[in-house]
Amino acid sequence: MNIIVCIKQVPETTEVRINPETNTLIREGVKSIINPFDMYAIEEGVRLKEKFGGKVTVLTMGPPQAEAALREAISLGCDEAVLVGDRAFAGSDTWATSYTLSGAIKKLGEFDLIICGKQASDGDTAQVGPGISTHLDIPQVTYVKKVEEVKDKTMRVERLMEEGYEVIEIPLPALLTVVKEINEPRLPSLKGMMKAKSAKITVWTQKELNLDPQSIGLCGSPTQVVKIFTPPQRAGGQILSGEIPEVAEKLVSLIKDEVH
Amino acid sequence: MDYLLTDEQKMIKELSHKIAEEKIRPVAAKYDKTEEYPWEVLKIIADAGLFGLFIPEEYGGMSVGVLNLCLATEELSRACGGIAVCYAASALGTFPIVLFGSDAQKKKYLPDLASGKKVAAFGITEPEAGSDASAIKTTARKEGNHYVLNGLKHFITNGGDAETYVVIAMTDKTKGARGASAFIVEKGMKGFTFGKKEDKFGIRASSTSELVFTDCKVPAENLLSREGMGFIVTMKTFDMSRPGVAAQALGIAQGALELAVKYAKERHQFGKSISSFQGIQWMMADMATEIEAARALVYACARAVDAGVKDVSKDSAMAKMYASDVAMKVTVDALQIFGGYGYMKDYPIEKYVRDAKITQIYEGTNQVQRNIIALQLIKEMAK
Repeated sequence: MNIIVCIKQVPETTEVRINPETNTLIREGVKSIINPFDMYAIEEGVRLKEKFGGKVTVLTMGPPQAEAALREAISLGCDEAVLVGDRAFAGSDTWATSYTLSGAIKKLGEFDLIICGKQASDGDTAQVGPGISTHLDIPQVTYVKKVEEVKDKTMRVERLMEEGYEVIEIPLPALLTVVKEINEPRLPSLKGMMKAKSAKITVWTQKELNLDPQSIGLCGSPTQVVKIFTPPQRAGGQILSGEIPEVAEKLVSLIKDEVH
Repeated sequence: MDYLLTDEQKMIKELSHKIAEEKIRPVAAKYDKTEEYPWEVLKIIADAGLFGLFIPEEYGGMSVGVLNLCLATEELSRACGGIAVCYAASALGTFPIVLFGSDAQKKKYLPDLASGKKVAAFGITEPEAGSDASAIKTTARKEGNHYVLNGLKHFITNGGDAETYVVIAMTDKTKGARGASAFIVEKGMKGFTFGKKEDKFGIRASSTSELVFTDCKVPAENLLSREGMGFIVTMKTFDMSRPGVAAQALGIAQGALELAVKYAKERHQFGKSISSFQGIQWMMADMATEIEAARALVYACARAVDAGVKDVSKDSAMAKMYASDVAMKVTVDALQIFGGYGYMKDYPIEKYVRDAKITQIYEGTNQVQRNIIALQLIKEMAK
């Protein structure tokens, strides 16, 4: 199987702080890691490769330091890595990002499967995976929790729902986004870490990809961020105590006051 | 302190640290309680490639030496001295084959040990032969193409769980120490069974068992080196493995210090954090300094072994003795910082005291280490 795994480098903490003046994330002093959901995508890609042969190419779009995330992916069993990076791509929203990544995937050539994490822990949009499949015009299944069967030209997967799951059969090539129930990501091996250290990372800029200039970066992004802010802390609320009929009465009058 | 590690060594440290924090620390108390052999953790260590650190590349290892083994053992021991010793004891059982094995023996046994598919153990200790290894009673009698082993080994780490054993037995009792020979014995060979599994004070994740040989037929090709080399095999093996025990002690001490400092910062008495009291601060400062001194000695010794320095017996005895004495002192002081809570099993620190104690005892008691050091000093002065 020829598998492509798309990953994103994100800040490690779940408590991302925002600079109130510029409305941007404060990245100083925060370690960068592979988006946790993408770790499951990498693991699934590597497992499928180990089972069916082939190779796993890991792909990311980001600044030069995103190379560290690609090297880590290689230490976990990916074979090749491509970094898509150019100032021209800066400011991309999920639509422009998925357009740019789909351009890189076209340049990579034939593939059987693309795997993405269900969403990134920083943006939480869950849009880039589906965006890529739309740009490439291939089928997609989101929230995959299990790959049941892989045949020559099709695969059957389980898609996690709020209650239960769907079983879906799709023709290949296809795109999956995966949830954490799908596997338990491995730790790197020493050999993998050594391989990663010396691995060649391919870097593609707008020059190599030659994408439509109107569809990339800020001007290719229909989303406009007007403001980013930390929502105000929820107030403590009020706890009513006493006998139930009393409390009920009190509650009703409070609601009435609130309505008026 | 910066020990000028290579990139490769930093990687080994980083990877072992990750395994220790993510996969060992969460299960350390469980294995300490149940005394189950930690196969699931050893599989993770094996998949990471750490079992092959000191095994030559042509036999499936990475051939990167004793310092690297020490770095891995130290990091793993920070989280659990018991699980780490299962790993380190496999190295102890593997060293004789690396050092003295024929090409055929290496080809047969090392690849599975390097990949961690199988675990090894070393069997020398007997009920009557502890520090006095020359008192070994287990015999090996040659009969045609076989040796027939009879006797009992006890306190064997990984005993029962290991697949590959290097066992010391007397081929010629009349020659004393020069009559001992080393054999590779496989689990499942007829006449080779396991006796009592010990219920231990510490390192409870590791198994410690008796090996029982009753007319056990071992193929003659499983003799390591030649007849009479048993004690040389043992001494050279210990020279290689003692830095590993020292590293285990070092890791236990480091782990205990980290827990104690963290606790001292969190624990408040008299309206302040106890870490603000000079009495606690001086304890922490002494602990950290002694650990660093031990580390410098252990790493220097491991580097000497890797560089092929001819006689490292004194160095490795010093490293093992000093690091394990430091581990005992540091873990006891760490427990003291935890106060009454430290004495309770709900807190992780008492386990470090129990795990540290064995490092003063096994692979030569610290009294035997002092003998080795003193004898070497006297020998050097006579030159």
